[in-house]
Amino acid sequence: MTWVLLLHAVVGGGLMLAGPARRAVAVTVALLGPVAMLGWWAAHLTTVLDGGVVEEAHRWVPQLGLTVELRFDGFAALMVLIVSGIGVAVFAYAGSYFGADAPLGRTMGLLTLFSGAMLGVVLADNLIVLYGFWELTSITSFLLIGQRYSIAAARSAALQAILVTGAGGLAMLLGFVILGQQAGTYRLSEILAHPPAGAAVSAALVLIALGAFTKSAQYPFHGWLPGAMVAPTPVSAYLHSATMVKAGVYLVARMAPAFALIATGWRPLVVGIGLLSMVGGGLRALRQHDLKLLLAFGTISQLGFMMELFGVGTEAATLAGCAVILAHALFKATLFMVVGIVDHGTGTRDIRRLPPLGPGWRGVKVAAVVAAASMAGVPLTYGFVAKELGLEAFLHGDMTASTLVLAVIVVGSALTAGYAARFVAGLLGRYVVEPTTAAAPVAGAAEPVHPPTRSFVAPAIVLTGLTTLFGLVPGLLDRFLGAAAGALSMVTVAPHLAVWHGLNAALGLSAVALAAGAALYLRRRQVDRVLSVGSALPTGSDGYHAVVDGVLRGADRVTGVVQNGSMPVYLGVILTTAAVLPASALVASWAWDGWPHAVDSWVQVPIVILLVTVSLGAAVIRHRLSAALLLGVAGYAMAALFVVQGAPDLALTQAAIETLGTVLFVLALRRLPARFERRSTSRTRTLRLAVSLLVGLTVFGFALAAGTHTQPRDVSDQMVERALPDGHGRNVVNVILVDFRGLDTLGEITVLAVAGIGAVALARAGRRPRGAPAMPVTGPGGTTRHAFVEVVVRALVYVAFVVSIYLLVAGHNDPGGGFVGGLVAGAAVALRYLSGGLDDVRRMVRAKPWSIMGTGIVLAALTATVPLLFGEPVLSNAVWHVDLPLLGEMAPTSALFFDTGVYLVVVGLVFMVFEAFGGESRPAPEPEPRPEEVAA
Amino acid sequence: MSVLLAAASAALFSIGTYLVLQRKLSRIIIGLGLLSHGANLLFITAGRRGLPAIIGAGDSGEFADPLPQALMLTAIVITFGVTAFLLALAYRSWLLTDDDEVEHDISDLDILLGRGGHEDDADLLERTPEHDEDLS
Repeated sequence: MTWVLLLHAVVGGGLMLAGPARRAVAVTVALLGPVAMLGWWAAHLTTVLDGGVVEEAHRWVPQLGLTVELRFDGFAALMVLIVSGIGVAVFAYAGSYFGADAPLGRTMGLLTLFSGAMLGVVLADNLIVLYGFWELTSITSFLLIGQRYSIAAARSAALQAILVTGAGGLAMLLGFVILGQQAGTYRLSEILAHPPAGAAVSAALVLIALGAFTKSAQYPFHGWLPGAMVAPTPVSAYLHSATMVKAGVYLVARMAPAFALIATGWRPLVVGIGLLSMVGGGLRALRQHDLKLLLAFGTISQLGFMMELFGVGTEAATLAGCAVILAHALFKATLFMVVGIVDHGTGTRDIRRLPPLGPGWRGVKVAAVVAAASMAGVPLTYGFVAKELGLEAFLHGDMTASTLVLAVIVVGSALTAGYAARFVAGLLGRYVVEPTTAAAPVAGAAEPVHPPTRSFVAPAIVLTGLTTLFGLVPGLLDRFLGAAAGALSMVTVAPHLAVWHGLNAALGLSAVALAAGAALYLRRRQVDRVLSVGSALPTGSDGYHAVVDGVLRGADRVTGVVQNGSMPVYLGVILTTAAVLPASALVASWAWDGWPHAVDSWVQVPIVILLVTVSLGAAVIRHRLSAALLLGVAGYAMAALFVVQGAPDLALTQAAIETLGTVLFVLALRRLPARFERRSTSRTRTLRLAVSLLVGLTVFGFALAAGTHTQPRDVSDQMVERALPDGHGRNVVNVILVDFRGLDTLGEITVLAVAGIGAVALARAGRRPRGAPAMPVTGPGGTTRHAFVEVVVRALVYVAFVVSIYLLVAGHNDPGGGFVGGLVAGAAVALRYLSGGLDDVRRMVRAKPWSIMGTGIVLAALTATVPLLFGEPVLSNAVWHVDLPLLGEMAPTSALFFDTGVYLVVVGLVFMVFEAFGGESRPAPEPEPRPEEVAA
Repeated sequence: MSVLLAAASAALFSIGTYLVLQRKLSRIIIGLGLLSHGANLLFITAGRRGLPAIIGAGDSGEFADPLPQALMLTAIVITFGVTAFLLALAYRSWLLTDDDEVEHDISDLDILLGRGGHEDDADLLERTPEHDEDLS
């Protein structure tokens, strides 16, 4: 059966992609799916009639124990027949319903996708797979309700439907997970065969029931279904009456026989909600004048009836449920089709406006009357047989409160009969309106309404024929419904369906319901007046909108508090949290081992004094560039500390960065106001100080706690040991960078490149457009140039470049490396900039800065991945021994290429930075937007 | 890790935090620089002090811990990249406003004062048809 599901996906997706196909082609192609499914169904029907099952399993994510398990048993056979059988009828009907201008490819494609998803729901034997298909039906339903997305009502109805069913679906997923964990398996058939018990299981089933209620539009979640009636009628007939809304009922039917008595509260909950929906939906249906809305509320009512029958979980009720679910699909799809035909012909669905239909409408009228009779439960229709079974189940059941349930069902049936009569009278143009609310028929009474084509009516006639056939000879369904109910109840069920069971209580109750329904119709003026009280009551949609409003309001309030627009507040909250949380953990597990050494090396004392002094200076000074220069001094102090620590590579890097960074600060900030104004209040300053001290204290405590514990050095020692044999280098820090942790370095130079690109993009945005004449760019020193200075600078630049390349090459064995080398070369670029401005910098190399960076990244990445070609791991190192004249024997390693990549990225970054800030003139302002753009 | 260096690192963190909490982008950038100095100091001095880890240049038992050095080396360079990016932001801010002040986000204020936020939710607030008056 897997291939049939895949066929639906392929056909549906293909139709959507193919776009507006010819009508006949689109319908024929779409029919492939349901017809194929029915063919497979027929081939395997005898298996399930004999009580067997057909199973298929496909591995999906075996690590998570996820398997796509499909199972075709008696009940699945009933559901497949409904989904694909009604599917064939609706697809054929849609071919006549949609005009030439409708996006038929999209509609038929979505209908096919939905059909496949719905088949997945009823065939899935794994809870997670079932959930997946379940949500697919919600999504296709969303898209189909919003089919005419240019209409606001269609969009809002689609949103309401997917929000309500999606929320229920999430609750259901939670229930599935709990149930699966409790049972130890997610396989539905196994869980049902050996149901777990306990409080968790009861909670899981309540959650699952929530999913079922939302999907099957049960009170109080029913509001989305009437809204969904904005969809084209074939969609309403298929998804929102015959199939999708039955998914909830399907789930209850599967669960109830196993869990009705195990899970606490299941029966009162499911049966109670079903009764509420049955009566509530029936009352609302009696008030509707729009035929589709009347049918929608009728669907809610009927689904409530099915919830009661299946929710009880006894064999008799389950059998009745199976009979009703089929009956409902047959008559409700017919009724929707009829409404669509009438709507097409007359242009209205309002029973106060519909004109009497002419002689060409006989087929439509017959279909409407028979289907409505089946809905009302009139004898000799299949609906009567099914409803009798339901009444019998409660008459002879031994449940508590079964009399009450029975009474409510009779009331619900009376309401059903009442709105069925209202439907028929309205459709036939015989619903007498009160003079005060009289509205003129849209089509003039004299003007005959054009009758529909035969092919338009044929699907409804076929379904009507089945309703009649099963109504007259219900014994035809004995084995089929027996197999369905047997598969649910896990016992052999051999029913005997008949039209006449003799004069019994069920027949009496049916008669009472029909008589009451007739009375409701005949006294409809009084009934209307009484029921109009109901319009003051809140509707299901009111509840939904209250929730939506509340969520939006709450979100606004939360956003207002959490996101108040002030960056200092954001950072303050983040830093306080970052200080308080670790600090409380630190305090909670405080183990004081005494103070560590006060001072390691006395050389550090003056350096630290300098460091802290200039840092404080940078914080309090009001002159902008002085603050930047003090930061530079702090950097040099850091470099000095690194020297004392025994980290020459770091010291070199820090010093080079500080030199470059200071130039950068001056370049970027030189045009900003020279001084910071004092604008903050003393209160904010105090708060700021408090947060700062808190952060500092936390760091101090952390440093002491960490410093007094000896750390294991295994990793570091191993790296020292293996630097020479594995990394072919003597400078351990460099070997770690380019070899042991080379992948990290690769990522880091990528970050550098991104930061550089971002800086250039930000600084250059809004500059002169491409092709415009370049503005003259000069150095910060103005246009005056001194020959002597230039010569000296050029010489220095060459020296610096040679040194940088020496640092790069030597870095593997001595202090140095790609980062340091690149930064020294960057300092050379800065020197050149100071003497000659951006023009001179641009003249230094022909390549663009971004090309240099890109080359660096590509070189490093290639060096990293080339070993893969030789079957070695990424970043494996190779070494060659070469004898060069003058320089003697050298042993370059492939790590040198990697480091060259790093070098190029750093050099490119420096060039980019000068490209970003080095220009002198302020860019031309962006052109004013034209008035029409502002208006838009 | 000595008390001296722990205190130095804590001081850098405190001053950095104080600067980061201001509204001028220049000061925030300087504060970020000090914060990263503090973090680097903490990391480096957590490892053992000793001889530079150059094999052959002394007893490897006396070496300074090379691992935090390697990690911090990239951190220093990345801080440079981030600083360049933030300076570009300040520069851009100067282009647009002649200053580098991080202003209040006006749209956030609007939400706080109940003046907006709903315009994207029109479809959610639209009533769905439920009575026949809505449909016909």
